[in-house]
Amino acid sequence: MRTDVKKINEQTPYEDLTEGLMMFAGGTAKEFKTGEWRTNTPVFLQEKCRQCLLCVPVCPDGSIPMDGEKRLDFDYDHCKGCGICYKNCPFGAIEMREGCEVPAKEGKEA
Amino acid sequence: MSQEPIRERMSGNEAVAEAIRQVNPDVMPAFPITPSTEIPQMVSSFIAGGKVDTEFIPVESEHSAMSAAIGSESAGARTMTATSSAGLALMWEELLLAASNRLPIVLTLVNRTLSGPININCDHSDGMGARDTGWIQIYAENNQEVYDNYIQAFPIAEDARVHLPVMICQDGFITSHAVENINLLPDQPVKDFVGTYEPEEFLLNPGKPIAVGPYSISAYAMEAKRAQAEAMENAAEVILEVAKRFEEMSGRSYGFFESYRMEDADYCMLIMGSAAGTAKQAVDEMREEGKKVGVLKLRVFRPFPEKQIAEALKNCKAVAIMDRCESYNGNCGPLGSEVTAGLYRNKVNLEAVCYTYGLAGRDFTTTHVKEIFGALQSLVEEGKKIPHNQYIGLRTKK
Repeated sequence: MRTDVKKINEQTPYEDLTEGLMMFAGGTAKEFKTGEWRTNTPVFLQEKCRQCLLCVPVCPDGSIPMDGEKRLDFDYDHCKGCGICYKNCPFGAIEMREGCEVPAKEGKEA
Repeated sequence: MSQEPIRERMSGNEAVAEAIRQVNPDVMPAFPITPSTEIPQMVSSFIAGGKVDTEFIPVESEHSAMSAAIGSESAGARTMTATSSAGLALMWEELLLAASNRLPIVLTLVNRTLSGPININCDHSDGMGARDTGWIQIYAENNQEVYDNYIQAFPIAEDARVHLPVMICQDGFITSHAVENINLLPDQPVKDFVGTYEPEEFLLNPGKPIAVGPYSISAYAMEAKRAQAEAMENAAEVILEVAKRFEEMSGRSYGFFESYRMEDADYCMLIMGSAAGTAKQAVDEMREEGKKVGVLKLRVFRPFPEKQIAEALKNCKAVAIMDRCESYNGNCGPLGSEVTAGLYRNKVNLEAVCYTYGLAGRDFTTTHVKEIFGALQSLVEEGKKIPHNQYIGLRTKK
C-alpha cells in the first residue's frame, strides 16, 4: 500500500490513488502552495524591523521563516494575508497591500 | 470442524456484549442511549471485572463517540462502539468520514425509530437513514444471528479488499431486550476466528508517518469515492468467504439473505429483521394449508445484493416488499425502492408490492402476514389491485 505520494498527480487514475487518500510522508503541506488564496499581502520593511519576533509565533500558517535568531522575508507560497503579523508589529515594519501580488525586492535591503 | 455449542439464554444486548467480551477489542468510545445502553454498560462491567482489557472512553455525545472511534482506529487500535436511533443520527457526519478514511470500525446498532413524533420503539429508520454513509450493514432476525454477525464483522471490515466500517444491526427491544435461547461459541475459537488486528498502516507507527483524511480538491475527491464504492463491491465476496469460514466453526450458515421455503414458492415476503420470524411462522401455517408461500429474509443490506435477490425471486408470481421505515418520498421505503430497481435492472418482471409496517414499534402479526399473502394471491389470480405502499395495521376511515 505504501507508495511515493509525490508520484500521484491530477492525471493519476483512481486505481492508483492511496486508500482513503492516505499520505505516506510527513510535512507534505509544504508541497501544497496555498499562497494564491491571499487577497491582501504583507510587506516586510526590513529597515524598520528590530527583530523583536512578536510576529513569528502569531502567524497561523508558519509563513515567517527564521534564520537563527532573525526573521526573514515572508513565505509567500503559504501566507494567506490575514494581517495578524501586521497588527502585532510594534514598529510598523509590516505594511499591508491589496491583492496577492508578491512585492518586489525594493526596500528589503536598507 | 464444528465446536461443541454452549447452550445459554440471553437477550440480544447480552449476546452482543458476550461477543465483545470474546473479541476483546482495544477501544470502545460510547455514549448511552436506549435501547443499546446495556451493551456499553455490560462491557464496562467486563472491564471492571478484568475480563477484557478494552479501553473504554466515556464521551459527551455520539458525535464524539464516532470521532474518538475514528481517531483510535486510525491510530491502529481495533475499535468498536454501540448506539441506536438519535445516537446514530448524531454520528452522521463522522459515519461518512469513518468510511471514506477506510477505517474498519465495528458499530453495533440497536434499531429504533427516529423521532418524531417522539417515540423510542423499534423500527429501521435509524439504520436505513445511514444507508448511504458507506458502511456495510448486516441485519439480524434474533439474538443468535446478531451474535454470529458480530463475530463475522471484524474479519469482513479488516480484509484488505474491503477496509470499511461495519454496522451490525438488531431490532430494538424485540431482539435487544427479549431473552431467547442461544448457542454460544467457546472463547478460543472466536479469538482465533477474529485473529489479532494487524493494520498495515496506522498513525502510531514509529518511522512510518502517515496522514489520515487529508483535504481533497475536486481533482481527487471523485476518484477517491469511486475507489470507496469498489471496496463496497468487494465486500460482497468477502462477506460470503467469512460466512463460509464461520459455518466451518459453528455449523451455522449465512449468506446475503435466507431463503425460507422458497423452492417452489409462488408468493414471497421480502423482509428484514425480527419480523422475519413472524413471517416464517405464518408461512409454516399456510404451507400446512397447501399454499405455496415463502420468505426472503434480507441479511446484508449494504452492499445491496440486487442480482442475487432478482435471481431468488425470478420464479415467483408476486413479492411483498416490507419496509419498517418511511422514506417520505411518496413512493415506498428504501427496501421497496432498491428491490424494485434491482428487479427491473435484472429484467425480472413479477408483481412487486411495497408495504410499510411496524413503524415506531407497531405490532406486526402472523394475521397481517396471511392477509398480505392473500392480497398477493388475489392480485395475481383475480387481478384485484393492491393500493401502493399500504401501512399495515393503520387506523383509517377508508
